[in-house]
Parts: sequence; C-alpha cells; structure tokens
Amino acid sequence: MQIGVDVGGTNTDGVIMSDGKVLVSDKKVTTSNVGDGVFNVIKSVLEKGKISSDKISSVMVGTTHFTNALVERKKLQKIAAIRLSLPAADSLEQMIGWPKDLISTLSPKKYFAKGGYEVDGREISPLDEDEINKIIDDIGNSDINSIAVNSVYSPLNSTMEEKTAELISKKLPNIKISLSHAIGKVGLIERENATIINAALAGLAEEIIEAFESALQNLNINAPLYISQNDGTLMLPNKVKSYPVLTFACGPTNSMRGAAFLSGLDESVIVDIGGTTTDIGYIKQGFPRQSAVATDVGGVRTNFRMPDIVSIGLGGGSIVRENGNKIGPDSVGYLLTEKAKVFGGDTLTATDIAVAKYNLDIGDPSLVINIDKSLIDNSKKQFTKLLEDSIDKMKTSSEEVPAIFVGGGTIINKEKVKGISELIIPDNFAVANAVGAALGQVSGEVDRVFHYDKLGRDKTIENAKLEAKEKAKEAGAIEKTIEVMEINENPLAYLPGRSVRLQIKAIGDLENI
Amino acid sequence: MDKLTLDNLEDFLRGTAFLGTGGGGDPYVGGLMLRQELEKGTDCKIIKGSEVDDNDLIIPIAVMGAPTVIVERLPNAKSCIKALRKMEELMGKKAAALIGAEAGGINGTLPFILSSYTGLPVIDGDGMGRAFPELQMCTFGVYGVNCSPLIVRDEKDNEIIINAENNHAAEMFARVICMQMGTKSEIALYPMTGKQMKDTAVHHTCTLAYEIGRSIREARDTGKSPLNGIIDYFKTSFDKRYCKLLFEGKVTDLLRETTDGWAKGTVKLTSLTDSSKEMTVQLQNEFLIALVDNKPVAMVPDLICLVDLETAEPITAEAVKYGQRVHVIGVSVPANMRTKEALDTFGPVPFKVYDKYIPIEEIS
Repeated sequence: MQIGVDVGGTNTDGVIMSDGKVLVSDKKVTTSNVGDGVFNVIKSVLEKGKISSDKISSVMVGTTHFTNALVERKKLQKIAAIRLSLPAADSLEQMIGWPKDLISTLSPKKYFAKGGYEVDGREISPLDEDEINKIIDDIGNSDINSIAVNSVYSPLNSTMEEKTAELISKKLPNIKISLSHAIGKVGLIERENATIINAALAGLAEEIIEAFESALQNLNINAPLYISQNDGTLMLPNKVKSYPVLTFACGPTNSMRGAAFLSGLDESVIVDIGGTTTDIGYIKQGFPRQSAVATDVGGVRTNFRMPDIVSIGLGGGSIVRENGNKIGPDSVGYLLTEKAKVFGGDTLTATDIAVAKYNLDIGDPSLVINIDKSLIDNSKKQFTKLLEDSIDKMKTSSEEVPAIFVGGGTIINKEKVKGISELIIPDNFAVANAVGAALGQVSGEVDRVFHYDKLGRDKTIENAKLEAKEKAKEAGAIEKTIEVMEINENPLAYLPGRSVRLQIKAIGDLENI
Repeated sequence: MDKLTLDNLEDFLRGTAFLGTGGGGDPYVGGLMLRQELEKGTDCKIIKGSEVDDNDLIIPIAVMGAPTVIVERLPNAKSCIKALRKMEELMGKKAAALIGAEAGGINGTLPFILSSYTGLPVIDGDGMGRAFPELQMCTFGVYGVNCSPLIVRDEKDNEIIINAENNHAAEMFARVICMQMGTKSEIALYPMTGKQMKDTAVHHTCTLAYEIGRSIREARDTGKSPLNGIIDYFKTSFDKRYCKLLFEGKVTDLLRETTDGWAKGTVKLTSLTDSSKEMTVQLQNEFLIALVDNKPVAMVPDLICLVDLETAEPITAEAVKYGQRVHVIGVSVPANMRTKEALDTFGPVPFKVYDKYIPIEEIS
C-alpha cells in the first residue's frame, strides 16, 4: 500500500492506495511546521482505514512549500553565484531584472571565471583551478553557505560544473552546491535564475525533508519517502535536499495526474476547481502537457518544466456580485465556512449558488432558498462562459474531448459545457492531488544537441532513448515497466552536421508499487 | 522619442518584439543588458537621421548568429566596442552616431547597449524596418551602400575583416566565420556617410517600436482591447502605415524543420468563430506569408505579427504553441522597402514563398 500526501497552502490531503484503488482519504489543515500537518493526515488515514504502518510500502509527498517560500521571501538563504564563461557572457551580470526585495534577501556575491562550452562542444576556455580556488577562498571568508554554479552550455557538457563542485567540496565540505545542468535547459539566464533560486532554498530543503522523515518515523513507517517533482514523477529525499526547485508546480501536476488516474482516461481536459482559482490543463498519456514558454516564479524568469495551465479566478469561494453578472476573481478563500451564506455568513459565493441550484446538502440550504432565479441563472451563465473559454484554450482541435472535474470546488458545476464531449467527476475528486502524488513513477531524461551526420537520425534517436531508459532505471524504475513517453526534436538553424536538440523522457514504475 | 530610459524601455522592447515579426531573436537578453546599464544612471540619446552632417561617419553594429545560441552565449558589449573602434580605424574617422542593422528582435536593442557604453547617439532608424535573416537583406545595401568592410569578431579577439565582391558574398563568408566563433559574433558593417544613411535607411523605427509598445500597454492599462490599441495607433501614427487584423484563431498545427540550412516551418490556425476557416503562416526565422484558404492575405516584406489574443503580447516563432489563441496582424512597410530593388532582395520571390509581391492594402 502507498500513502499519497499533498501539502497545499491551506490543506494537507492524504490517501492510502492499494492495487490502484483509493482505500481511504482525509484532509487536515496545513501547519506552519509542515511536518505536523503531514503527521496528522497520515495518522488519520491509517486510523480511519485501520491499517497498520508496516503495511505501507512507500510514501509520496507533493508540496508547494518551496514555491511559497520563494513567493513569500521566507527562509531563503544568502548565496554566491559563479558563472563559468570568460572571456564570454560577461556583459550581463547575474540576477539583473530580479525583484529588488528578493535580491536584498539573497545578498548575492557574484563571480565570473574562465570556462564554458561552445554549442559544438569546444571549450570557450579551459577551467582554471587557481582562479576557482581563489573564488572559493573568498566565499569561505564570508557567511555564505550556498553556491550556484552555471557554465555556458552545461546542458551539453556538465564536466566543468562538476569539476568546480569537486574543488568547492574539497575546501568547504559543508557548503551547499547547486549545479545548473541538473536544473535547467539551454538559455543561460533562465537556467542560472533557477539555479540561484535552488541555492537559496537549499537550507529550507534540508529542514523540510527532515520534518517529513521524522513524521514518518514517529508513525513507525519504515517505507521509503519520495517527493513529487514538477513533471509528475518522483525524486528521492536526498535529491530534493540538493534540488528543491524541481518541486515547483508539482501541485497542479499532481491533481491532473490524479484526475486522469481516478477517471481512467489518459487524454482529456482537466479542470481543477479550488476555493479561489481553477486550473485548467490537458493530459496526454496520463501526463500533463508542458508549457513551451518561459515561466515567471516569484517575479523571476526561469525555464522550468511546468505544466501548461490556464488559471482563472473562479472557485467555490468566488464572490458573486451584480445580480450574478460578475463572479470573482476575489474569493472568501479558506474563510468559506464562515463567510458563505449557507454557513450563516453575509457573502454570496459560488458555493451558495451551487447549493441553491442543485439542492446540495452543504451548510444550511434554507439560507439560500430565497435567492432570485435570475441571479442563479446569470451566475451560472457567467461561470459556464469562464470555463468554456479556458477549456477551449487548452484544446488543440475543435473536436470535443472529455473533461475531468476535480478539486474541492468541483460541486459548483455539474453540467457539461461547450467544447467537451463528457463531464466526468470521479470518486475521490476532492483529493485528486494526493492521489497524483501516490502515482509513483520515476523518469530519466536526455536533453542535448546531437549531430545526425555521425550516425544518422534513427540510430541517434535510438541511442538517446536507451540513455533515457538507463537514467530512469538509475532513478529506481523497474526495467520492464520503462517506456519512452516523450521525444522532442528541435532542429538548430545555421548549425552544421544536421544538428538537433533532442529531448527524450523515459518513465517507469517504482520497484515497490 | 529622444532618449531610451528605464521608463520607456519596456514599451520599446515590446515594440521591437512586434517588429521582429516572429524572428530576430528574443529581445529579452538585450533588454536585460540595457536595463543593467540604464540602472547605472546612463541613458541613450536618440537622434533623427536628418540631424547628422552629410559627411559624418555612421556605423551599424549587430550580433550575428542563431537565436538559440545567442540565449546561451549572450552578446558581448566589449567585443561590440572593439568592432566599432576597428571600423573607425579602417575608415580613418570617428563615428558620429550608431544605427541598428535591424529594428526587430535582439538587434533592435544592440546599438543602444553600445550607446550606453560609448555615449554615442543612436539614429532613429535601421536598415530593415523589421527583422531579416541575412546581412544583404538590408535597405543600406539595396540602395548602394557596401556591406564591406565587414568586421566579424568575438570575445577572444578573433577579428576577421571581410572585403567581399558584393553584399551577398559578404553574408556567405561571414556566416562561415560566425559558425567557427561558436555561432555568435559581434559585427560592424555597412560603414556609411550621413548622406548615405539619410538616403537609404528605414527611418523612425526606434520611435515606431516604442509607440507600438506603448499603445499596447496603454490599452491594457485603460481596460481597452490591446488589439484595438495597435490598430488605432497605426491610424494616427506619424509614419503612415496600413494595419489590419488578418485573422483571429487558435494554433492547431505546428511544423518546424530544417531545410536548406533554415529553420522553416508552418503554423496552422483555425478561426475561433468558423472552424472551417483556416490560416496558414509560413515562416523562415520570421513569418513570411499568411494565407487564408490558400490565398495570400499578407506577404514579406509587409509585417505579419502574431500577438496573444488577450494581452497582444508579440509571440516569437519559437514560442508559438498548440492551442494558443492569437490575433494575426498585418502592417504595411514604407515605400523604400517596396521598390523593385528592395523586393528583389527581400521580397516573396527571393524567399520563394510567392511568385510576385502584392501589397497588403491590395489583397486584404
């Protein structure tokens, strides 16, 4: 049996799953010490399901904690950033264009050193160990405990970044090191930004992972712990300690994956309705479609792998105004059970409209019995239109596709809207995110420039596939379950030798599921 | 517009992305480099072409290479300065002003970066009025300015001076050298007199970029449709342009491939209101021709710009994705980009997308 947990800003959800079925689920409040919330919800599902902790084979946790820490500028660490590029790429310093308050929180020390690669693999200049050692000494004399290292074209060749890490560890064995090739793709500035964010989160990562681990210990669970990453696959705790930034955006990914699983569909629109917002995405082969454009996180441009979603200000707590002609984008949020009419409050919300329209048994339905029918109809029209527009944005063709509705706010819509062939509200829709976390799959990725002239296209792709599969295996996947799920071929204009950037991802099930 | 400052930078960058017509490289990196220098308290003076003496030396500076490489290797300011100084040395004269080789994309920002370091003013104009992929596709060259001597250099101070038989040959040699330098080089080219600049440049394109960017922002800020912001702007723009919404649709197919050494591709769009109506946009780094039901509605050198349906933010060819909802906008180019000589260099025929040029006003 597996436990899936989703630590959101407001609620911590938990499920226990076995043989592809949800046995039991629950929701608890997210605590300021996130370990307590995780402890509470796991304890509760074990008790509700009368399941002994030694039956648990793995625990998967998805958390928005790191994203929130960046957005709220909390518990971030001071950093040093080293760019290996000289004599190139020195006209633009690190962190230009970042929000000022974030720069002062990180009070960065910035360094440039010789190194880096050309697009064809040649060295821009060789790494100069003396130069690097001087930088390390300088950092060693400061109060900085975390270093981001970024070399030009590290996604093509990570050797110089790794060598630099080795030199750092020799002199400063306890310092945290973030290497850009493990985090981002081609695009020096975006990758460097993500690496610096990662370095700033390194201390917090240790703390959070230890809190999760001690929660499991206190519950006598000896099963391995896995953490969700932004593409819906899992990481081991040690990797999260080094690369917390890879957890960004795992929340929407998990709820989409969970929705696909609960409904049994692997291609559809997913509508995740929460208290304040609705995220709409698209699932293909059970995984969210990824965004193609640069994404801003906490005001910083990055090139993370992020699910392609549209977020709209519509949720169960959205405030209804102007006789139903305006809904949201503001919401009563987590105060729904105080402020909404059905709970005796004075604010008309989308939940009140749903209770009145569908005669739902939520709060005290008699409190909304007198709502004018035209108001109900107007509101209904408004949110149907909001949903229809956003669903249309996510579809690639005009053909109708099924839509799966999940999330706590799902109750506000029970009808099929335009553009979808079928409306599906699966069992356990409210904890789809925790289910998504429990769907333990691990991945291996290859993302480099290849030259088809050497081996030809077919052979080159075949080799790259094998490399991705090998990486999935290293990450813990059972060999026979590993499949290639994504191949992206991007020809590079102007380059000789039929150069192509190949991105290949292989995924597989974890051993103990 | 008489200077570029932190206050008008964002509007200017949005406008250069628009004028890039899908190509020219993402101005983001150039924008950051400019921001870094402007934050130090410098500003960049912009002057009209008519403000310089006929005998002054004007030097265009650009970064050459693949946009996908430039985002990793970054343009180098020191190398740009050295290219400028070398060109001055070859001409035996100091430059009076800088000018952009192209108005769209990253090269729209480059003269300003150099200006922030050298204090030289930037001419309000350029040699393409948009973005094009090759050095000879430039009004300077079309009207008789020699691309050579062409200085191609990098941060390691590899510096090659090309004197070619014609501008097309200059492009071919420079491209090979650029690849050897890592597919990113700083270049100084088309050295010219004030008189030649006045006669051959596409004028006022820096102001145009800024005003396009501003019209989009102001429409957003006041709750108007940003699309109408653009269209209304061109009705009253100082530089008379014909502007039209060509299509409102959703990206339903996307094909990118390398053919003859180019990033070529096709974007298919389906109308939001009538799903039987389709637009096809062909691209070769930039958007070159837009067809509705196989009939052209706009073609190069007229501008074909894809902008986000709601925000009107310009979309580069690399950022186009499935399901995106966009407006396709067509804008006419000035007369000196539509003469026979100009069209023979950068019209639909040399790009092999259509057998003759039809101005946007006449076909849509």
